Amino acid sequence: MSLTHYLVLAAILFTIGAVGVLVRRNAIVVFMCVELMLNAVNLTLVTFARSTGTIDGQIMALFVMVVAASEVVVGLAIIMSIYRTRRSASVDDASLLKY
Amino acid sequence: MIDTPELSLAALAPLLFVLGAACVGVLVESFVPRENRHPVQVGVALAGTLGGLVTTLALAGERTVTAEGALAVDGAAVFLQATIAGLGALAVLLFAERSLDPARSAFVASAAVPAGTARDRELATSEQVQTEVYPLATFAIGGMMLFVSANDLLVMFVALEVLSLPLYLICGMARRRRLLSQEAAVKYFLLGAFASAFFLYGLALVYGATGSIRFSEIRAASTAEGTGTLLVLGLGLLVVGLMFKASVAPFHAWTPDVYQGAPTPVTAFMAACTKVAAFGAILRLLYVAFGTSEWTWRPLVYGIAIVSMVVGAVLALTQTDLKRMLAYSSIAHAGFLLTGVIGLGGDGGGSGLAATMFYLLAYGLTTLGAFAVLTLVREGDGEATHLSRWAGLARRSPLTAAVMALFMLALAGIPLTSGFTGKFAVFRAAIDAGAWPLVVVAVLASAVAAFFYLRVMVLMYFSDPAPDGPTVGVPGLPTTIVLAVTATATLVLGIVPGAVLDLADQAAIFVG
Repeated sequence: MSLTHYLVLAAILFTIGAVGVLVRRNAIVVFMCVELMLNAVNLTLVTFARSTGTIDGQIMALFVMVVAASEVVVGLAIIMSIYRTRRSASVDDASLLKY
Repeated sequence: MIDTPELSLAALAPLLFVLGAACVGVLVESFVPRENRHPVQVGVALAGTLGGLVTTLALAGERTVTAEGALAVDGAAVFLQATIAGLGALAVLLFAERSLDPARSAFVASAAVPAGTARDRELATSEQVQTEVYPLATFAIGGMMLFVSANDLLVMFVALEVLSLPLYLICGMARRRRLLSQEAAVKYFLLGAFASAFFLYGLALVYGATGSIRFSEIRAASTAEGTGTLLVLGLGLLVVGLMFKASVAPFHAWTPDVYQGAPTPVTAFMAACTKVAAFGAILRLLYVAFGTSEWTWRPLVYGIAIVSMVVGAVLALTQTDLKRMLAYSSIAHAGFLLTGVIGLGGDGGGSGLAATMFYLLAYGLTTLGAFAVLTLVREGDGEATHLSRWAGLARRSPLTAAVMALFMLALAGIPLTSGFTGKFAVFRAAIDAGAWPLVVVAVLASAVAAFFYLRVMVLMYFSDPAPDGPTVGVPGLPTTIVLAVTATATLVLGIVPGAVLDLADQAAIFVG
């Protein structure tokens, strides 16, 4: 398998994630799709680290994982607080702010 | 034997000061008894931001690349860091205001209690405050200061998250209208995470195309290879991620909702400081990393600037809520700022950088002041942000109306206010760079925008006040300081801008 295969797989995963964010309605699922996008980026970074022969990409993948973990902490806290009030995690229900 | 990395602690002092204060704030939260926590936290946050401001001023004239090339401490970084620290200190003062709300704070007593429950109603009148907002805001300020001096994509990404994550949280901590505030936090968080995923994918593609994440090496590689598809794609995605943070149309969808839902002091903080930080990063990325491949991004930024000015100015006309109107105004101003970005040549010549930095300072101070005035006008328990409630405010409180009128004139860009000087500077820079069609659009958009700013003034001065109109609260010392500083700065930067313009001119240097 050439490195291009990994890049194409990462691009497909990233697209699935991006489409998921746009079409799914549950805040948790939307958030999972964002995580999928971040992991697609990790795959891209590691592949490029291999193809360019530098270590930067692997280091960055580690940083991305750490940041993604802290994002989960903050994100789930926010989604939990709104869920406990509304008993729903749908992004369509939260619609007090418009126009 | 491993060599220690080269690190200039003097050049990092402002960052260490602010982030150190944030860490102390976390410890205060654990060790200081609840009743003493609020004053201590305010003290720590102010000491951190003001200390950061003083240490950045001491760094004036510094031109170094430190931390093994990861951080550039140059004129532009120091100027923008000082701006962020100063505006951050003013925002912390707004957070600390205790005499306007009947419950003595704009922030919730306990964010973990679900809104609308019996316990929540009980806490609504308590004087307890979720004091974590201060360390969170300090962390955000530290992240912003790191953001404008990041010299590689990894540091830029980490700084982006350090500034964003605390902001998502403090958006959801309003004491009044908690459902709106939580909704704003969810929207900001989901869209912000989406945008940072795009930024990250762009980062990965640029890394793949150039084999490096360091700006200077990206610059060298992009000259050598011409403009590969991967590089252009990566650049586009990076720009999307940054433009989102700067709330530039068409990436602005979150801005009105979040500005309206967040507690007003937090909105003021976001509108002023995040804008400065995001534009600092945009300028550095475009000029240091992609300065030689200027023609790949120039048409893109040109188009985005036009869309942002038009969308911001036209949609603000239809708003009936003042916070929403100011949100669309911030989108329009982001477009004006982009005309300054266009006004800098790829070789670093041109006056665009100095003009944009001056504009950021002037706009930050004015918009912070405008939101501070919004916290004064209240009805029931909350703020009266609906436009119609402001009718005849000049008769109820001439001073409040006069200060608000000053800020509206400055945002509209009327001469003798800082807004005019800033707009003049960025437009002139864009014309010097040959972008006169952009300036024509910008001037037309300013004319449209003047309408809705002046509408607020007409409403305040020439309408009859409603009998059950809002009350104007008497601000405590913190808000008074903020209003005095921002109003004075708005006038001074309008009447005698020479000294600050010269300062921005001298600081307009990127190393890297």
